[in-house]
Amino acid sequence: MAHEHKLEIFRGLLKFKSNTQKIWGVLIFLTIVTAVEVALGIVKPAILIQLTFLGMKLLNWIFITLTLVKAYYIAWDFMHLRDEKTALRRAIVWTPIFLVAYLVFILLFEADYVYNVYKDGFVMWDF
Amino acid sequence: MDSTVTSATEENVWGGGNRPLGASYGKLMMWFFLVSDALTFSGFLAAYGFSRFKFIETWPIADQVFTHVPFFHGNYPMYYVAFMTFILIMSSVTMVLAVDAGHNNKKNAVIWYMFLTIIGGAIFVGSQAWEWATFIRGDYGAVETKGGRILQFVKADTGERAALADFAKTIPDSRTGHERKNGVWFFDEGYRPSYDLNEVVEGLKANPNIVVRTETINEEGEKTVLSRQASLEKIKDGTLVVEGANLVHNEYGSRLFADFFFFITGFHGFHVFSGVMINLIIFFNVILGTYERRGHYEMVEKVGLYWHFVDLVWVFVFTFFYLV
Repeated sequence: MAHEHKLEIFRGLLKFKSNTQKIWGVLIFLTIVTAVEVALGIVKPAILIQLTFLGMKLLNWIFITLTLVKAYYIAWDFMHLRDEKTALRRAIVWTPIFLVAYLVFILLFEADYVYNVYKDGFVMWDF
Repeated sequence: MDSTVTSATEENVWGGGNRPLGASYGKLMMWFFLVSDALTFSGFLAAYGFSRFKFIETWPIADQVFTHVPFFHGNYPMYYVAFMTFILIMSSVTMVLAVDAGHNNKKNAVIWYMFLTIIGGAIFVGSQAWEWATFIRGDYGAVETKGGRILQFVKADTGERAALADFAKTIPDSRTGHERKNGVWFFDEGYRPSYDLNEVVEGLKANPNIVVRTETINEEGEKTVLSRQASLEKIKDGTLVVEGANLVHNEYGSRLFADFFFFITGFHGFHVFSGVMINLIIFFNVILGTYERRGHYEMVEKVGLYWHFVDLVWVFVFTFFYLV
């Protein structure tokens, strides 16, 4: 049971006195991350749009990374996975991560192939 | 097997009552459900990614689709969704505070925090309903071509979007409505667009300041705006006037975008709605003192897990529908 709480976040950089305090701390952190996302989404800095990594804009990579950061803190502190046993935590986290990574890899590759088929003119679709 | 094992420890291992994962049956089952539900949502979002990569050059730009804030006129991309995200995170915080208060057996604090959580959830569902209504109603109107592509209209001098009402000609009697006196089997005509195709085409021809914007995204990441000459050529492909979005037509661009929007945010909204309902049940149970008598508030913790999960899914939906 999760009666004893681990009160450190950021790998011990930030230590809270009570669980309630930690909750508010995590809220502030999540709010800052969301604000950064929205600001980037509105400003859309030109450099982050021009640079690409693995065929995707750098800006989109930043969004996805920040999303995973948010997901981590929601799962670890709000769903208190941080306080669960390691075996349970790994069973919960790695099962979907593995399956989703596999599915996304397959589907996006296939979609890119279909895109090329359309693009190279084998299929007439823009008329 | 080690023969020195005493029967006492053996009873401890095989006699039941063990919790190797340190969590109760109910909590484990909730986690089972959440993992499978996470896979369902991932399947939807991956399918969305598939369709998007398939039409990567013509996919609608979310900033240009969701631009409204209730009670305000003008162009405010993202602000309202950001507000919705904040509301949901905030209700997650009150939920986790309720769980924390439950661990300390503070009944009144649990009641208060559960109440705030339910309010937050209700605001979120209401906002989503508003978002749907705005999306379905549409704002500028567009023309659909034979191939199902969308042609939108912009003002050539400012680059702002032009609504159909800004330039379409009103041609009287270009269409006669079907009336009861003309048919034995009279069906109500239902919805039809404010202008028919001919009126839009004539309006475009007469108005030199209006040009067509196609779905294709250019190198700057913006939709391609055609020249006046090309616009008049392109409009010949038009077959239909589209206002707003539904599962078959979508004035914002690819119809798959609308399909996935309705499906994924709808499925998520349904989760939020059932979350609010379950929270309500637990809320009344707390008031009645059910968990006080039971001696622990684990039920609050279990619905809390579900509620945080809904928040977690929204974080991903927010990224993939509105940001990326």
